[in-house]
Amino acid sequence: MGHEGIGASVKRREDYRFLSGRGRYTDDINRPRQTHAAFRRSDVAHGRIRGIGTEAAKAMPGVIAIFTGADFAAEAIGGLPCGWQVHSKDGSPMAEPAHPVLAQGKLRFVGDAVAMVIAETREQARDAAEAIELDIEALPAVADLRAAMAEGAPLVHDDVPGNLCFDWHIGDAAAVDAAFSGAHRVAKIDLVNNRLVPNAMEPRAAIGEFDRASGDYTLYTTSQNPHVIRLLMGAFVLHIPEHKLRVVAPDVGGGFGSKIFHYAEEAAVTWASAKVNRPVKWTCERGEAFITDAHGRDHVSHAELALAEDGRFLALRVKTAANMGAYLSTFAPSVPTYLSATLLAGVYTTPAIYAEVRAYFTNTVPVDAYRGAGRPEATFLLERLVDVAARELGMDRIAIRRRNFIPADAYPYQTPVALQYDSGNHEATLARGMEIAGWAGFEARRAEAKARGRLRGIGISTYLEACGIAPSKVAGALGARAGLYEVANIRVHPTGSVTVFTGTHSHGQSHETTFAQLVSEQLGVPVDQVEVVHGDTARIPFGMGTYGSRSLAVGGSAMVKAMDKIISKGKKIAAHLMEASAEDIEFADGKFTVAGTDKSKAFAEIALTAYVPHNYPIEELEPGLEETAFYDPKNFTFPGGCHICEVEIDPETGLVAIIGFTAVDDIGRVINPMVVEGQVQGGIAQGIGQALLEQAVYDEAGQFLSGSLMDYAMPHADDLPDIVVGTESTLCTHNPLGVKGVGEVGAIGSPPAVINAVVDALRDYGVTHVDMPATPQKIWRIIQAGAPRMAAE
Amino acid sequence: MYDFEYRKPASVAEAAAILAGDAEAKALAGGMTFIPVMKQRLAKPSVVVDLAGLGLTGIRREGDAIVIGAMTPHGRVADSADVKSAFPALAYLADNIGDRQVRERGTIGGSLANNDPSACYPAAALATGATIRTNRREIAAEDYFLGMFTTALEQDELITEVSLPIPRAAHYEKFVNPASRYPMVAVFVARMPGGTRVAVTGAGNNGVFRHREMEQALDREFSPEAIRDIKTPEEQMNSDIHASAPYRAHLVGVMARRAVAAINGRG
Repeated sequence: MGHEGIGASVKRREDYRFLSGRGRYTDDINRPRQTHAAFRRSDVAHGRIRGIGTEAAKAMPGVIAIFTGADFAAEAIGGLPCGWQVHSKDGSPMAEPAHPVLAQGKLRFVGDAVAMVIAETREQARDAAEAIELDIEALPAVADLRAAMAEGAPLVHDDVPGNLCFDWHIGDAAAVDAAFSGAHRVAKIDLVNNRLVPNAMEPRAAIGEFDRASGDYTLYTTSQNPHVIRLLMGAFVLHIPEHKLRVVAPDVGGGFGSKIFHYAEEAAVTWASAKVNRPVKWTCERGEAFITDAHGRDHVSHAELALAEDGRFLALRVKTAANMGAYLSTFAPSVPTYLSATLLAGVYTTPAIYAEVRAYFTNTVPVDAYRGAGRPEATFLLERLVDVAARELGMDRIAIRRRNFIPADAYPYQTPVALQYDSGNHEATLARGMEIAGWAGFEARRAEAKARGRLRGIGISTYLEACGIAPSKVAGALGARAGLYEVANIRVHPTGSVTVFTGTHSHGQSHETTFAQLVSEQLGVPVDQVEVVHGDTARIPFGMGTYGSRSLAVGGSAMVKAMDKIISKGKKIAAHLMEASAEDIEFADGKFTVAGTDKSKAFAEIALTAYVPHNYPIEELEPGLEETAFYDPKNFTFPGGCHICEVEIDPETGLVAIIGFTAVDDIGRVINPMVVEGQVQGGIAQGIGQALLEQAVYDEAGQFLSGSLMDYAMPHADDLPDIVVGTESTLCTHNPLGVKGVGEVGAIGSPPAVINAVVDALRDYGVTHVDMPATPQKIWRIIQAGAPRMAAE
Repeated sequence: MYDFEYRKPASVAEAAAILAGDAEAKALAGGMTFIPVMKQRLAKPSVVVDLAGLGLTGIRREGDAIVIGAMTPHGRVADSADVKSAFPALAYLADNIGDRQVRERGTIGGSLANNDPSACYPAAALATGATIRTNRREIAAEDYFLGMFTTALEQDELITEVSLPIPRAAHYEKFVNPASRYPMVAVFVARMPGGTRVAVTGAGNNGVFRHREMEQALDREFSPEAIRDIKTPEEQMNSDIHASAPYRAHLVGVMARRAVAAINGRG
């Protein structure tokens, strides 16, 4: 089976469907008697609702119903819940203001939904939504973190003083203070982690359907985790028990985190489908997506690293302000805290770390997890600060990293910020990355570029991240309001083909291929005999979905557990057929063999026997061959690696061109190298986007200035270099496959490599930091400001 | 999109009559700007008059000029053997507008009629002293561009073709907005029989403009050095989240010098 099992670059089975236009996305689904919803949204960042005039709109052609926040309030419909509770330093829980499905009382960001129109056609719904008369008392807005923190700032939520959601910390402040007092030098940095708009290719969509005959609800939605949506929406918002609510997330065209969360539109269309007794469909447009999909990042940090004379890191102190937006999105509080500050040790042996995180509400779109979620922020801060430290000490950037690496033989390694890393080999990824990137020959390339009038720089990031949040017990102790296990059901059919039901969800991750390879490897069944089913709560027992690079490490491990049960049962059946003891049966390459003999039974034969139990140990064993497993991991997994970026800057225009990018990632065991390469490249494309191009911009009044692709710069193909991907496989020690996860490494490791390269290119201009995105204008200004100093020197 | 009536007339006269009879009627050329604007509900035309059936396509050499039908897509201009041999800078300009899909739909007439301050074609038209031919008259480029999204065209006036005099040498240098890929600043330098002309698009707060100071300096000495010290007035520059007025003013100089260097480099 080696040619299509673990380690084989099997071509993606989903590609035929996607590349030939036969995918089935939520918007491709149309239900009989379907109606269409449009939302009237706030065009002010902050305002008090004085009146909502719907009479004229209700009279327009095709309009069936118009609902406002008052309709939801009248039925005591719940607010959108937050799935993670963070506590402040003083032990108090975070401020958790109500998040109504449709605005009640106040409008809190441009895009906040005020009313929902349901009409026969989409255009009729939109026409009527525009015709709704809003009487809004405009209030001063809090457009960014600085405004939110200001003395006497307007309050986004009247009952949240200072707009402060929480004031959290981690680590040992006293130990850090002591280390700083004895430091040889201190490296400092102030930086911004720029706010991003996720921009999945497929905008969100939702169809709510109520079956009056059965009383059942169905929600079709663009989700990364349909069971989580069923739980959140059913239990907390609409009070529909799970057995009466089915959530289907069919083909989904990209998520990057933005489709983890439970959104108001999902609850609105589901609720309204019962009100109008017809299915209600809503499809988001790109412009609407810009102002309603949860944004990412938006942190401002100050960090200090205490250094010994020989370059050892003595202690790290970090102070971060995090923008939550107007309301708490589903997992927002976890991002700057447990998913970020816990990563501040990185790959280094820094003995003492203390981080404080203050989270604030602002009159902006809610902010939540975006590819990497907290880990890119921590990695950017740390890897930038290490470069600053090297400069502070006059030390080589590689040497200072090597001096502080956690040695390969020091694993498992307990960090001072809660995490215990199970495995890693940072010297291996560093050495390989430097070799591929030609690090040693860089200065010659820099000189050659200089002769052409270009500023060339090289940057490195040696990072580590944490995937597959776990175990549930620990996540719960840290504030997660959900378990973080995964579920797999393996159904072996009578003729030996297999259907895998997984609680994870594929929206670009190639699960249908990778998981089939995994099953093929374990059960000895050809890949084309394996079907992978995901995205439907009616078909899959349960699951927590796909995010945090967890699908293989957690979901794949659940499959292995279920398959272990299948094999164990198969051995009993085989033992019966071959008149041997089950302990003497070995299973390999799809065959059950009596140890030490040539007697064997094929997997398919055992499957048939299980379903046609004529000759079967029926007294001891149930017929059938189907098993379910819930797998709760023992720990996070810790992928890591080395990213190296080489850039050239045109000093006249400030334009940064990426000349080369090398990524050597240690992601544990690799199932499909081609899929891994694609995941790494996609992540790096997003990381380069963050580093050079992307920036969500609000003006002081809270108007969103980068609300379309005309003004929000997504990376184009020609912005990207050929990315060389290498992998190392230091196995994870605590899951059965030794896998770590690969979905986010690219987006986590790459931004600091790019900016470190940009700063290196500008090394003669007296610059120690450049905030992302490093736009041409920003670079030009730095060069303009730096030029006189150059002349003076 | 708001509801609208769609008409596809068979003659220029018929199209003009529809437009003349309804101030809210709008002509549709390639639709690469108009359709997105309609989809965003930023335009609410009563009637969309599709010009695709008027036969206004084609490229020909007419003496010392290249004449391009208004409905000719950018891709045909880029591909044209006549354009490539006689006026390669124009083929280059056309070949770098938008992406391949846009170049197969977008037209020179649509670009000039819309006069987006960041469009490419207005720079070529102004730099060569092109003549805009309409169903009523001929308009010199000098008199045609009246500011952002504003032209000399009347409501029922349609561009039929554009005649661009062939320069002795020319180059178009653009620096694009990283998001839209429209020019943030682009400069078209053309060495015409009557002297050098420099047209700037993307940068000006009143749309495409001629940089006369650079033209005079280049007429004295055609070299990048000749214009190095020329400052472009910042108060005439556009400003947005991507580029401030001072940055744009700076880039005008850089793009102009590079265009001149490119022409000189070709000998």
